[in-house]
Amino acid sequence: MEPVTIDAKNLHYTPLNIRIRELIAEGKKKIILNNICGQRFIGNGIRGDDVEITVNGVPGGDLGMFMCGPTIIVRGNCDHAPGNTMDSGKIVIYGSAGDATAHSMRGGEVFVKCDIGYRGGIHMKEYSEKRPVLVVGGKAGSFSGEYMAGGLLIILGIDREAPVKGKGIGSGIHGGKIIIRGDIDEKLLGIGAKKEQLTEDDRKDLEKYLKEYCRLFDYDYKELSESVYTKIVPASARPFAGKYCWE
Amino acid sequence: MTTGATPPKYKIKIDDDECMLCERCIDNCSYGVFRREGQKIVADSRKCTACHRCIAMCPRDAITLIEKPNDYRSHPLWTRDAREAIYKQANSGQIILSGMGNARDYPIIFDRIVLDACQVTNPSIDPLREPMELRTYIGKKPRQITLEKTKSGDCDLKTKLSPNLKLETPVMIGHMSYGAISLNAQLSMAKAVSEMGTFMGTGEGGLHKKLYPYQDHMIVQVASGRFGVDINYLERGAAIEIKIGQGAKPGIGGHLPGEKVEEEVSKTRMVPLHSDAISPAPHHDIYSIEDLAQLVRSLKEATEWKKPVFVKIAAVHNVAAIAAGIARSSADVVVVDGFRGGTGAAPRVFRDHVGIPIEAAIAAVDDKLRQQGIRNEVSLVASGGIRDSADLTKAIALGADAVYIGTAALIAMGCRVCGSCYRGLCPWGIATQKPELVSRINPDEASKNVANLIKGWTLELAELMGAAGINSLESLRGNRDRLRGYMLDEEMLKVLDIKPIGA
Repeated sequence: MEPVTIDAKNLHYTPLNIRIRELIAEGKKKIILNNICGQRFIGNGIRGDDVEITVNGVPGGDLGMFMCGPTIIVRGNCDHAPGNTMDSGKIVIYGSAGDATAHSMRGGEVFVKCDIGYRGGIHMKEYSEKRPVLVVGGKAGSFSGEYMAGGLLIILGIDREAPVKGKGIGSGIHGGKIIIRGDIDEKLLGIGAKKEQLTEDDRKDLEKYLKEYCRLFDYDYKELSESVYTKIVPASARPFAGKYCWE
Repeated sequence: MTTGATPPKYKIKIDDDECMLCERCIDNCSYGVFRREGQKIVADSRKCTACHRCIAMCPRDAITLIEKPNDYRSHPLWTRDAREAIYKQANSGQIILSGMGNARDYPIIFDRIVLDACQVTNPSIDPLREPMELRTYIGKKPRQITLEKTKSGDCDLKTKLSPNLKLETPVMIGHMSYGAISLNAQLSMAKAVSEMGTFMGTGEGGLHKKLYPYQDHMIVQVASGRFGVDINYLERGAAIEIKIGQGAKPGIGGHLPGEKVEEEVSKTRMVPLHSDAISPAPHHDIYSIEDLAQLVRSLKEATEWKKPVFVKIAAVHNVAAIAAGIARSSADVVVVDGFRGGTGAAPRVFRDHVGIPIEAAIAAVDDKLRQQGIRNEVSLVASGGIRDSADLTKAIALGADAVYIGTAALIAMGCRVCGSCYRGLCPWGIATQKPELVSRINPDEASKNVANLIKGWTLELAELMGAAGINSLESLRGNRDRLRGYMLDEEMLKVLDIKPIGA
């Protein structure tokens, strides 16, 4: 099917989103958005497993929030919170993303070629067959994976001094895991997080997403696969269990 | 350190002459107070929470419960509660958890405000024969409307109106999540609000499929944990509420312990079985009013601008300025929850000491929004300790469009305010997920009780309005001339913007 193109120059986000919904309702499977410049909420709450939206430009905040199924490909950087509370689907960003990337994501995948801001993967959670995955090629800021209740956060630090620039990694984490390329200083971990060696299962898990990262962004898989990785997991599944007594 | 055991708070007495050993008390007490020893029922008063289930179920009226007089040396400062809290914390080093609302003896401002009534000069209205307009619409209102005359001479409305909720009575039921309370309790309230033409909140626990038939009367909540939130959930609700804060625990998040996350709760919240459901204190995508505006618009965009968005905050000292910011964030409704609001679980120190009363908060918010010329554009909902139709009427006269009730609705279903909700053993089947306890609520019967409560309050509201010579809710809203302060200090009268009695 021929892709449908929307020229978003000077177009407000509401008519833009209405147009996207109309096209999906008409059965269009491929949509290209040109001249995107800061429009927020693109693709919020849209459905359709076989729908693919290509964004040429820089989308604003909350890209694909509550999205259920579609794939969004961003040919540029992205503002904050792409994949916020996303249910399922895929977001691929050929640049960097802002703060709170994949915030509260409950399913689907977000791949970021370069860096993300603060609070990446914060409060991701998983349920049943839904497992959110955030893969960051560059570095992440402070509080990455904080309050994580499930899912997988991978930070590769490609061509960066360190994979995480900041502290508070995994504060309050009580589910899921964070895998970081290279070693990480214990001092950077938040309360309730601990380092662990990767198991064979973790390696298999990682391999799958590394391959996908390399495929999407045309990167050398060998270099990534031969690297050393550190896993960060909850020190306890019940970080607050001992905090309270009864009146 | 030896601190010893604390004496029981309550004393259970069983009249052996009346007791017929039916053991109903044993069956009914989920806290394990009663046991049978030979031909006697014996009580362990130490385990009692004063929930009154045993007394209500005893067929022979054989059980007596008293609040045990203070066993400690009496002291005006070092009260029993103060001492026992120290014993507890000296032993555990933990935060003391509590349930229900503020348990401190602060003066209740509502009780120091009296309503006005007409005598001679301005006749009162008889609600039996005069129409009383109690219907109200909650949501954003346009600053002005534009009309266009048609060829036939009629007028067409050119202004696009925002979605509003139509309330047949200004009483809604606030957010109590599935998980914190049982499905039967939620079902009972959902049936009641559907029947009464009003609304209730889901709390941050998702929407169970058994509530789908009542979804047109449900306000779905999005809190910091985003539990149970997906696009289907948002689309089902009649409105969406962003919860920033709660009156019982301003400034902190929530935590449903894994023990309460049983199968249905886990499905509805979309979290694994028996995992802790932690709602952090802030929303991690909201760090400013601008961020809040973004979440409001994000929710509207996702639901195609078809639903009003509420924002709930706890009443704190700067509440008026915060509410003014919220009113400008595209939110349609500002909910202010006062410090007498209830909770399933909160650190006791928060429940009892943080926040301000709803009376002052609602007056301050209404005042600020008027000063800024935007009160007419947003709706204001007051909650937190609304006990009767007088509180309801006063809250509206102080500036609210409607109220949320919480504890009052639970009491209508049998709750005895024992304050032990956080233990998940509620013998009345309300704050529990244990099937044998949950089944103690019959949603058909309990919904009648809740509907009756709302019906009764609505009738009383109409009577109070009629007595004050007011025939529409619109005319009562913010009508502070119908209020007088009794034994309130000058500063408080200024905040409430009401005159003292006699003035």
